[in-house]
Amino acid sequence: MNATDLTMRAAIFRKRQADHTINVSVCSGSPCIAAGAENILTALRGLDLPVSVHTFGVGCMGPCSRGPLIRIESNGQVATYERMTTSLAASALLAHLEDRNQAEGLLSEEFPFFVGQQRIVLSNCGGIDPENLESALGAGAYGALARMMEEMTPEQVCAEIAASGLRGRGGGGYPTGTKWNLVRGAAGTRKFIVANGDEGDPGAFMDRTLMESDPHRLLEGMAIAGYAVGAKHGFIYVRGEYPLAARRLRLAIQQAEEAGILGRRVLDNRFSFSIRLRIGAGAFVCGEETALMASVMGQRGQPLIRPPYPAQRGLWGCSTLINNVETFGCIPPIIQNGASWFNSIGTPGNSGTKVFSISGDVATIGVLEVPLGTPLKKIVQMAGGVVGGNFKAAQTGGASGGCIPASHLDMPVDFDSLPHLGSIMGSGGMIIINDQRCMPDMARFFIDFCREESCGKCVPCRTGTEQLLRLLDRITQGEGAEEDLGRMKELCTLMQDASLCGLGMAAPTPVLSTLRWFRHEYEAHIRNGVCPSGVCSRGDI
Amino acid sequence: MPQISLTIDDQAVSIRKGATILQTAQAVGIHIPTLCNLKGLRPLGGCRVCLVELQGRSRPAPACATLAEAGMEITTASSRLQAIRRQIVELLLAERNHQCPVCVMNEKCELQDLARRLGIDHVRFNYLSPLLGMDISHERFGIDHNRCILCRRCVRVCDEIEGAHTWDVCGRGSASLIISDLKQQWGESSTCTDCGKCVQACPTGALFEKGVVDTRKGVTDLEKLVKWRNRERR
Repeated sequence: MNATDLTMRAAIFRKRQADHTINVSVCSGSPCIAAGAENILTALRGLDLPVSVHTFGVGCMGPCSRGPLIRIESNGQVATYERMTTSLAASALLAHLEDRNQAEGLLSEEFPFFVGQQRIVLSNCGGIDPENLESALGAGAYGALARMMEEMTPEQVCAEIAASGLRGRGGGGYPTGTKWNLVRGAAGTRKFIVANGDEGDPGAFMDRTLMESDPHRLLEGMAIAGYAVGAKHGFIYVRGEYPLAARRLRLAIQQAEEAGILGRRVLDNRFSFSIRLRIGAGAFVCGEETALMASVMGQRGQPLIRPPYPAQRGLWGCSTLINNVETFGCIPPIIQNGASWFNSIGTPGNSGTKVFSISGDVATIGVLEVPLGTPLKKIVQMAGGVVGGNFKAAQTGGASGGCIPASHLDMPVDFDSLPHLGSIMGSGGMIIINDQRCMPDMARFFIDFCREESCGKCVPCRTGTEQLLRLLDRITQGEGAEEDLGRMKELCTLMQDASLCGLGMAAPTPVLSTLRWFRHEYEAHIRNGVCPSGVCSRGDI
Repeated sequence: MPQISLTIDDQAVSIRKGATILQTAQAVGIHIPTLCNLKGLRPLGGCRVCLVELQGRSRPAPACATLAEAGMEITTASSRLQAIRRQIVELLLAERNHQCPVCVMNEKCELQDLARRLGIDHVRFNYLSPLLGMDISHERFGIDHNRCILCRRCVRVCDEIEGAHTWDVCGRGSASLIISDLKQQWGESSTCTDCGKCVQACPTGALFEKGVVDTRKGVTDLEKLVKWRNRERR
């Protein structure tokens, strides 16, 4: 297949799609499947419908807690329905056949979750069938790859990415263009591309959404990266807890290879690129790049000392480009629309959009994409506001991040603002906490998570988390002493200064940030033996 | 071999390119404490007691695994570093059961030695006191996991020097455990060559030669020692 075939196949698919009078898409992301989306799809397909009605499964539409979601397109009108059952979905479809909307389950057009979004990475999520290559092609997949190979040299691609100001979406925020140039300039003829899909943070599901909903986007981004840095092979590392993402990626790789988009002679050009899938076995630390690479090579997943960085010495000693899944998802739009377009979105130094997964005490749990620098307040409002109490804090950056108190709700969310508050933006997980929750208990949860996930290689992380958990256990059980706070701080500083990898360095952040903003809650536990939120109990508290 | 110049503790040093900071310091007689490092093995950088401060970098770096670079200004014994070392050794002492008086390596132990050098006379952290058991199925040697500090010297010496790779680590975090083969009894290991390098490499009393207990006290019967220790636990 060459570039002309690509546009032709896309056009054919689009024409076929336009021939349908009604398109019914059923969200088939894993949250909606868990809520029963597959039964709805089967039921709708089993109905006796005119041939002009097309029913298909799509990727994630966004508001996951309101699933199963279906979307019905008829006469140029789009209606989205939440919390469907097989009978409700069938009656909604019948209503549309009679040219009217069904009131039950209909989301209004001003539904805040959809209105404020600017979807670049997720542009095709919820619109295309992730298991159908034609559907992806119809939405423009691989257009950027074809165009790039026709018009641009690898140097120009790297320059374009650098000019776009794109920063790594995995949490570090390292300039992607700089990384690409490093790998491009590295010695050696054998190089590798790795996509980090080991999304282990509690409350983070952005990468899962992209991999499940638009796998071809990731493949395209990786192929562009391969062309730009001179790599012929790529690996996608998917965590073992994402079986659906792995299945869809495997299918997508197979489809792309059969179509001549991946493999030898990509789109009939003198460039070959193959992608293989690697499945993790349930270790948070394998999201750290050196541990991830060890795992890809079949070794025990534990971090190595950097330098050498993967760009210098990565997989099997070769220079390796490792980026987050979402970073690769940003690449095709940048190539398609240009660096200056991407730069115009977001704030200076933080260009583009960011996908956030918002969960916790909000009305709508789900995945949304907004320009970088959007105030936290707006994101919370988009998720329908806080439920079950008043806003207390937002935990950003998962177990490696900190909390942001209500007094800083106006803070723009980007790479550079949140560190001022002792937190990080991280990979985009956001947990909203209402005033019925206890902050020391939250900190205890995250430390317990890090303790469980510590690889055990370096002493500060291995035993520091263990000791911190013991102290927090004591405090939350009302048996803490005043000096425990000082000891906790001391341990946190040790872990930040002396741990080997990012996991250990960032593990104490939840403790430090709750100590900074909610010290009074710790003191209440220690001095009065009372949990102000009524969460921690010991019988006599 | 090209030479590079740098400064360690205000002392100008010249060293061959490719040397680590630890080797550079040792060349001029500056002592940097180490635990997981062993000359001849690839550095691990896990124990973190050899951390040194580098001018212009906020985080300390492990001396055993960081290459010396021209123009580096290195501090090896600031009060911050001493505090980190003390904390790490205290954490290690609290992690498993390091009761020196009943240990075969009493007075010959690197952990004990380091604790003494750092002036540690008590541990401020909670003793975790796990019950980890021992494996004395091997004809000549034994392993007592309660003494292990997970430095992986045994793993590396067996893999890199002997080439047998009998030892490895299973589990993670503080539940990590040194295992022989696929978590079999040491005595039944098919890869172990009985060379004893791991015993030589062990910095504590975790790996020991049977029968060689504290000779000054005249206790030579290992069975007796094991029995005594078990009684103490009850």
